[in-house]
Amino acid sequence: MDHLPNLVTEAREAIQAADSIAALEELRVRYLGKKGEITALLKGLGKLPAAERPAAGERINEAKQALTGELESRKASLEKAALEARLAAERLDVTLPGRGQPSGGLHPVTRTLERIEGLFTRIGYDVAVGPEIEDDYHNFEALNIPAHHPARGMADTFYFDATRLLRTHTSPVQVRTMKEGRLPIRIVCPGRVYRSDSDLTHTPMFHQVEGLLVDEDVSFADLKGTIEDFLHAFFERDDLSVRFRPSYFPFTEPSAEVDIQCVMCSGDGCRVCGHSGWLEVMGCGMVHPEVFRHSGIDSERYTGFAFGMGAERLAMLRYGVNDLRLFFDNDLRFLRQFA
Amino acid sequence: MKFSEQWLREWVSPQLGTQALADQITMAGLEVDAVEPVAAAFEGVVVAEVLEKSQHPDADKLSVCRVDDGSGEPVQVVCGAPNVAAGQKVPFARVGAVLPGDFKIKRAKLRGQESRGMICSASELGLEEETSPGILELPGSAPVGEDFRAWLGLDDHTIEVDLTPNRGDCLSLKGLAREVGVLNRLAVTGPEVAAVAASHDETFPVRVEDGERCPRYIGRLIKGVDVGAETPLWMVERLRRGGVRSIDPVVDVTNYVMLELGQPLHAFDRANLSGAVIVRLAREGERLVLLDGQEVSLDDSTLVIADERGPLAIAGVMGGEHSGVNEQTRDIFLESAFFTPLAVAGQARTYGLHTDASHRFERGVDPRLAREAAERATALLLEIVGGDAGPLVEVASEAHLPEARRVVLRSARLEQALGKALAGEEVGEILERLGMQVETTESGWRVLVPSWRFDIAIEEDLIEEVARIHGYNRLPVRRPQARLGLRPDHEARTPLARLRRQMVARGYQEAVTYSFVAPDLQKTLLPEAVSPVLANPISTDLSVMRASLFPGLVRALQHNLNRQQSRVRLFESGLVFRGELDDLAQIPMLGALACGSREPEGWAGNRAPVDFFDLKGDLESLLAMGGDAEAWRFEPAEHPSLHPGQCARILHRGEEAGWIGTLHPAVRAQLGLKAEAVLFEVRLDALTHGRVPAFMPLSRFPEVRRDLAFLVDEDLPVQALLDTLRAEAGEWLIECRLFDVYQGKGVSEGRKSVALGLTWQHPSRTLNDEEINKLVDAIVNESRQHLGAELRG
Repeated sequence: MDHLPNLVTEAREAIQAADSIAALEELRVRYLGKKGEITALLKGLGKLPAAERPAAGERINEAKQALTGELESRKASLEKAALEARLAAERLDVTLPGRGQPSGGLHPVTRTLERIEGLFTRIGYDVAVGPEIEDDYHNFEALNIPAHHPARGMADTFYFDATRLLRTHTSPVQVRTMKEGRLPIRIVCPGRVYRSDSDLTHTPMFHQVEGLLVDEDVSFADLKGTIEDFLHAFFERDDLSVRFRPSYFPFTEPSAEVDIQCVMCSGDGCRVCGHSGWLEVMGCGMVHPEVFRHSGIDSERYTGFAFGMGAERLAMLRYGVNDLRLFFDNDLRFLRQFA
Repeated sequence: MKFSEQWLREWVSPQLGTQALADQITMAGLEVDAVEPVAAAFEGVVVAEVLEKSQHPDADKLSVCRVDDGSGEPVQVVCGAPNVAAGQKVPFARVGAVLPGDFKIKRAKLRGQESRGMICSASELGLEEETSPGILELPGSAPVGEDFRAWLGLDDHTIEVDLTPNRGDCLSLKGLAREVGVLNRLAVTGPEVAAVAASHDETFPVRVEDGERCPRYIGRLIKGVDVGAETPLWMVERLRRGGVRSIDPVVDVTNYVMLELGQPLHAFDRANLSGAVIVRLAREGERLVLLDGQEVSLDDSTLVIADERGPLAIAGVMGGEHSGVNEQTRDIFLESAFFTPLAVAGQARTYGLHTDASHRFERGVDPRLAREAAERATALLLEIVGGDAGPLVEVASEAHLPEARRVVLRSARLEQALGKALAGEEVGEILERLGMQVETTESGWRVLVPSWRFDIAIEEDLIEEVARIHGYNRLPVRRPQARLGLRPDHEARTPLARLRRQMVARGYQEAVTYSFVAPDLQKTLLPEAVSPVLANPISTDLSVMRASLFPGLVRALQHNLNRQQSRVRLFESGLVFRGELDDLAQIPMLGALACGSREPEGWAGNRAPVDFFDLKGDLESLLAMGGDAEAWRFEPAEHPSLHPGQCARILHRGEEAGWIGTLHPAVRAQLGLKAEAVLFEVRLDALTHGRVPAFMPLSRFPEVRRDLAFLVDEDLPVQALLDTLRAEAGEWLIECRLFDVYQGKGVSEGRKSVALGLTWQHPSRTLNDEEINKLVDAIVNESRQHLGAELRG
C-alpha cells in the first residue's frame, strides 16, 4: 500500500509518455488489467486489518479512477492527433479541375429556335414540322403564288424537277396544318429552309420560325401585339422600339416588315444597321383569303395572322455573331461559345 | 427602281428633306434601299469655253488652251485630252477648285507652260466610274461662267427603292410621284403631253393575231430622223441618275419615257421591216438574234413581234439585233403596246433575260398608258433627232383589255381587320387620293380601281391600302384572346430536346451541316445510296441530298482536324433523304461522331482514344431515356463506311433503326483522315419512342446472387449467351451483370471467358438454393448444348 503514490506517479508519467494507442493499451493492462498492479492492490485489501480496509480501498479506487481518466484523455488526444495527421496527409489541391467528361453544347441556332419555341408554346402555341423536299403546290400555289408570279423570283428556289423543290420557307407546314382543319390554330413552325443564294450575308440553307394563329376575330392589332411582345421577350428589352412597315407577301394581306431599333447601337446608327438605326427582323401579315380558300377555311368567319423570321439573323443580333457562314462551318471554337 | 430626287420634285415636292422623304416612302411600303449623292463632292468648277488650242511646244500629247471661264480674262491651261478643241464648252476647274478625292487645283507649269486650272473629264468629276477617254464636252448652250454643279443640278440624290412585285405601278417617276402626292396630300404635275400632229400620213400595217396577250398595240412611223444627233445632257443625266446608260438618242428617249411614265417602248428600223408588223405566238423552233447578240430558239408559248419574214423581237422582253435602230437608220417605227402580265411572265426566265421592259410588263403596265407614252416619246424624238411623225396606228382588242375592277369595302370588315374603327371620311379620302372612284354605300364603300393598280382586286387589298396610308404604326396594339384548353401530351415520347441535352451532357457539341453534300463524299461513304439531286445547285459540292448524317459529320470532323482541334465530339439531328423523288423517304435522324482522346487533356485525364464502346455507351444512354432499353439490339453487320469487325446494325423492336461503328480505315485513307473516328446514326422516331413507367412492387425478400464464368468460342456474340441465359433463368431473375470478358493465360486459344453475375429475387417469398441450382443447371446445360459454352472451374 505504501508504494501506491509512487505507483500512481509512475503510471501517470508512463501514460503521458505513451505515444500510441497500443502503448496506452499496454499500460492499461499493466496497471488496471486483471493482473494489473492497481488491481493487485485491490485484491490485496483482504490482507489488511478490517479497520484500514475502507480507507485503503477508497484510496486505491481513487487512484484507479484517476488513472482510468488519464488513460481516456490521453487516448482521446492521441486519437485526435492521429486523425489530424491523417487529414493532413489526405489534403487535396481543391483548385485542380474535376475529372470526367466535360459537357458539350447546343448549336446557337438550336438554342435560338428552342427559345423562340418556348416563348410561344408557353402561351399556347404548338410546334409543327414538315418535310423539306416539298412540291410546288405546298410551297407556292397554296400560298397564293401561282406559276409565273413575279413573287416566285423573291425566293431563288432549288429545284429537283419541274414540280419538286427544297422548301423556301416553312410556310408549307402552315398549309398542311390548315388543311387538317382543326380550328383554332396556333402553331410555330421551326426548321431548315433553302434558297439558292450564297454570299457574305446569305447561305443556301438557313432556319426559319414561322407562326400562324387562326381564330375568330383576329385582327392586325393582335398581330402587332404578338410581335411586339415576342421581340421584347426575345431581346429581354421592354423598351425596344418596334415598327411595322407595309410590305408585300402573296400569302398575307395586309403585310408588314418588322423593324426593331438597332440592338447594337440603340438606334444611333452603326455598321450593323447601315446607319439607319433600324434592323429588319421579320415579316408578317394577316392570312390572305386565297390561302384560306386553298385550305378550305371560311375566311368570313375566321381570320388569322402569320409571321416569319430567320433564326440565324436573330442569333447574330442576340449573340453578336458577325459572320453568318460561321453557323455552318461547325468549327468547335465557334460552337463552344454557346454551351 | 432608281430615280433622281430633283426629277421627282418636279412632279411633286413635299416640304421634307431628302432623308425624311426617303423615310416617308419607306414607311409607305416602298422600301428605300439607298440614298446617294449623284456626284462626288467638288467645288470651283464652272462652264467655260475653249477659245484657242495650240500644240504644246515641248510635249506631243499636250495642248495649250486659252479658256474663257467667265472671269473676263482668258486663262491659259495645259490639257492632255485628245478631244479638246477650240469652240468647245467644257467643265473647267479654276485654280482653288477641289475635285473629288480632295484633289486641289493649283497654279502649275507643265513642261514650261503655265497652266491655271484644269479642263475636266466626266470621271474626274465623279460622274462616270470608268476613266473617261477625254474631256466632257458640254452643249453649246451651256452658259459660260456658270457654276457647273448648279448648272447640271448635281446637288441631287439618287433614291433607290426596292419595290415589292405588287407595286409595278411605282416603276416610274409618274407612279412614285403619285404615291408621294397621296402621302402628302399634294397635287402631282407631270409634263404636258399633247398629241403630236402628223406631218405625213404614211403608216405601217400592224396585225395583232393574239389580242388576248396583246390587247393594245400602238405604232407610229417617224421619217427622216438624224440618229447622229446627241442626246441632251439633261436627259443623259436623268437616265444616269435612274441607273440607265445613254446609248443613242432613240434608245435614250424610249428609256427616258419608260422611266418617266412606266411604259416600255421599242423602236424598229423601218428599213428592216417587211410587209407588216405582226404580233403573234412564235412557232416552235423559230430563231431570233437578240439585241445583246445571243441567238435564241423560240418556243410556241412566246409572244413575238414579227414581220412577214419572221420574228423581230420577243414581245415585252427584248428586241432583235437585225430590226433595231442603227447608225444608218432614217425612218423608225415606234412601238408602244400593252402586253398582259401573263404573256410576259415566265418568258424572261425561260430565256434567261430579265430586262427593264419584262420587269414592268410582268408586274403590270397601265393598259391605258400606251397612247400617252407614244405621244410623249414622239415629241421628245422630234425635238432631239428631228424627222416627221405620221399618224398613230392603234390596234386594240377591247374584250381583252383588263376591265376596271369594282371592289367593295365593308366598314365592319375594315374595323374587324384593323381592330379599330377609322372615320368614314378618312377612309373615303384615302381611297380617292389613291385614284379610286369611291361610292359610299350603306355598309361601306364601293370603289372603281384605277387602271394602273393591278394589285387591287379584293376587299383585303383595300383594307391594306387604307391601313398603309393611315399608317401601320398608328393602328392599335392588343393581345390575342384564347380559350385555355389543354392539349394532349405524350409521355412515352422522349422529346428531341431531351435527347439533345443528353448528348450535350455526354460531351458532344451540336453541329448543323448542310442538307446537301458533295456527291463524291457521299459516294465514298455510302456507295449504294440513292438520294435526290438538285437541278440547280449552288455548286457541285452542295448538289446531292444527304442520305445519311455521316457525310456532314465527317466533313465537320475534317474541318476541325484541319484547324488543330484533335478531339472532336459532334452530334446532329435532321432529315436524311433516301430514294428517288417518286419514292422518297425524308427521315429524321440523330447522329454523332467522336474522335480523339476519351477525355480532354488534363491532369487526371483518360487520354486513351475513344473507341467503339465509348460511343456505344453514349448511344445507350440515349436509348435508355425512353425507359425501354429492352427494345434495342445491336447485331454484327457490315456497312460500307464502317470497319467490318467494328460495326453493328441497330435494331429497334426488330427493325433496322441505324448503324454504329468505327470509320473504315480504307475510307479514312480515301478522305485523308489520320485519326480514328467512331460514329452512329439512329432514326429519331425510334429514339423518341419510349414507354410510360409501370411500377413493380419492391420485394422484402432477400436477393440471391450467383456468379458464372463460361468459356465460349471467341466469335460467339455475348448477346447469344445473354439471350440463352434470360430464356432459362426464370421470371425471378432481376439482374444480370456482365462483369468480365477475358482472353489469355488460362483460357485456351480461340476461346474467351465471360463472367456473369445473376441475381434473383422473389416478390413474396425467400428463394431456396434448390430452386436456384435448378435454374443454374438449366442455363449451363442449354449454353453447353447450343452455344458450346463450358462452365469455367
